[in-house]
Amino acid sequence: MKAVNIIEGQMAPLPRANIDTDQVIPKQFLKGVTRTGLGPSLFYNWAHDEEGELEPDFVLNRPEYAGAKVLVAGPNFGSGSSREHAVWSLTDAGFDAILSSSFGPILENNCYQNGLLPVVLVDEDLERFTALAADPANTVTIDLPTQRITSGEYTASFDIDAHVKDRLINGWDQIDMTLQSEDDIATYESARPGHRPVIG
Amino acid sequence: MKQPQTMLDKVWDEHVVRSAPGEPDLLYVDMHLIHEVTSPQAFEGLAISGRPVRRPDLSIATVDHGIPTVGRELGISDPLSRLQAEAIERNCAEHGILFFGVNDIRQGIVHIIGPEHGLTQPGMFIVCGDSHTSTHGAFGALAIGIGTSEVEHVLATQTLPRSKPGSLAITVDGDLPLGVTAKDLILGIIREIGVNGGYGTAIEYRGTAVESLSMEGRMTVCNMSIEAGATAGFIAPDATTYEYMEGREYAPSGAQWDGALAYWESLPSDTGAEFDREVVMDASELAPFVSWGTNPSQIVEVTGTIPSPDSFADPLERDSAIRALEYMDLEAGTAMSAIPIDRVFFGSCTNARIEDLRAGAEVIQGRTVHPDVEAMIVPGSGLVKMQAEEEGLDRIYKEAGFEWRDAGCSMCLAMNEDVLSPGERCASTSNRNFEGRQGRGGLTHLVSPQMAVAAALAGHFTDIRDLQ
Repeated sequence: MKAVNIIEGQMAPLPRANIDTDQVIPKQFLKGVTRTGLGPSLFYNWAHDEEGELEPDFVLNRPEYAGAKVLVAGPNFGSGSSREHAVWSLTDAGFDAILSSSFGPILENNCYQNGLLPVVLVDEDLERFTALAADPANTVTIDLPTQRITSGEYTASFDIDAHVKDRLINGWDQIDMTLQSEDDIATYESARPGHRPVIG
Repeated sequence: MKQPQTMLDKVWDEHVVRSAPGEPDLLYVDMHLIHEVTSPQAFEGLAISGRPVRRPDLSIATVDHGIPTVGRELGISDPLSRLQAEAIERNCAEHGILFFGVNDIRQGIVHIIGPEHGLTQPGMFIVCGDSHTSTHGAFGALAIGIGTSEVEHVLATQTLPRSKPGSLAITVDGDLPLGVTAKDLILGIIREIGVNGGYGTAIEYRGTAVESLSMEGRMTVCNMSIEAGATAGFIAPDATTYEYMEGREYAPSGAQWDGALAYWESLPSDTGAEFDREVVMDASELAPFVSWGTNPSQIVEVTGTIPSPDSFADPLERDSAIRALEYMDLEAGTAMSAIPIDRVFFGSCTNARIEDLRAGAEVIQGRTVHPDVEAMIVPGSGLVKMQAEEEGLDRIYKEAGFEWRDAGCSMCLAMNEDVLSPGERCASTSNRNFEGRQGRGGLTHLVSPQMAVAAALAGHFTDIRDLQ
């Protein structure tokens, strides 16, 4: 997995509350069998009109935000469906981090699996970064090791689980990590109760 | 004396394979449910890394999300959906996983077939690459939705590293009023705690209103835990649970049943167990609800009116309401019962079990679907469909003018051909009224099965209590 350390770049503001994963990537883009190429499907119904033409006013279609790396969302980002395609479309579109005040529980885990950093800010800080993102000239620096986020003169801190942080900084593959516990898994497995269902 | 434990404590502790300070616990997965949309990249990952599936005998797969609900004998016409269905069939054959294909009578929505076959049992840890996995919590199982990377993790290791969620007790006491269903109960709970009110928790639904529910009703309640942002939702097992399970294919039998029963009876939260948070509600506050907005907390009694955004004190909720009313093409103050509908979708892992189909059929009483309404019934599984046909329910629906389809997720997420057109207004028994969920520009109103059928007959939302 891609390691995460210091993220620097432009912000794009999308200050809507409760952006669910159906909005991040609509269902018609879930029919693939690979993880790649989903960037153009990101926020498809907001980024395109009903004829499939680009909506020029949608923030991510505006040329001044073309290189944005940090999405500044409204509160409660990524609720709903478990579709990891939402995260794949964000990373494919060039995003390295999402700012919100809380994240949907499955999306949050999906972010960690793909080196996309969900930054949980208190409401006041989220409002501040939303305002800063409104000027495309502003950039942001997210320092994961020190858990600080800075844009211009404004700096805030954010919380993240210490173990998740280690994983992200080192780019550890979670399956590799778990397989190091093979002995523990085998021991547990041999003692499972006999009434648990087994197929076949 | 031993510290009183919650059901979460008990089920969690029993599945810990490895625990270390500062790290998530490694939990053993008792059953992994797999479907065609969130698994192909996981199997691809296994192939790339050369890893086998550790426990194909603790995995089961089906197709549900993208398959057609009509004309299946002709195959899957959408080429991409066909590729996905072929991929899961091939992957399951290669790894020895039991697979219910599109023409297998046992095929159905993944969360309906688990309980149906007795694969969902109290105290289990169940995962699936689907957010409505919490459905299985109705049996006192800890069941959580995961993403595709975690599907790959479970396939490779049969475990999942997780930090323990907090515990949230939601107690609803009292009798459900006339016309109020399990669907109204969970919608009322989501309105009470908000769409992320359950964040970071496993909800334990308790109280006499919950205990009085059938297993089907309990599944409806637990199903929508994710709509309150919760990691999981569950209900303590009791006689209703055991009665439902006994005799099902994978349920224990004989001496194993007795042993299992003793264990199951040990699972409910101990008296005096402390929850991180508690919410208490009274069933008398509930009514038949209809959603008016674009998230499941935006609901109103069927006898009520579309609320004004100004009635919300929280500025975020107010903004959300303004945007929702604009998308839903509704005006504040309109009576809910005055809103005409174009479509009815009766299906989904929330409300497509046999009890739901029976309850809907009872509403019909010889009436017919309103001429301006197109209404479809999508049973949750092939076996539910067969049971309904044995009971003659299909005839009641068809004679009333409903379409009688094959099993699948269908218009709950509209990945197949069952899609709303822009501007079409739909009474839906599903779980999400998000923008575009049932089709771009489609206008979804969440209701119970009874309310959906009543709306189909009347052509607009109507109070089920007037028909009973």
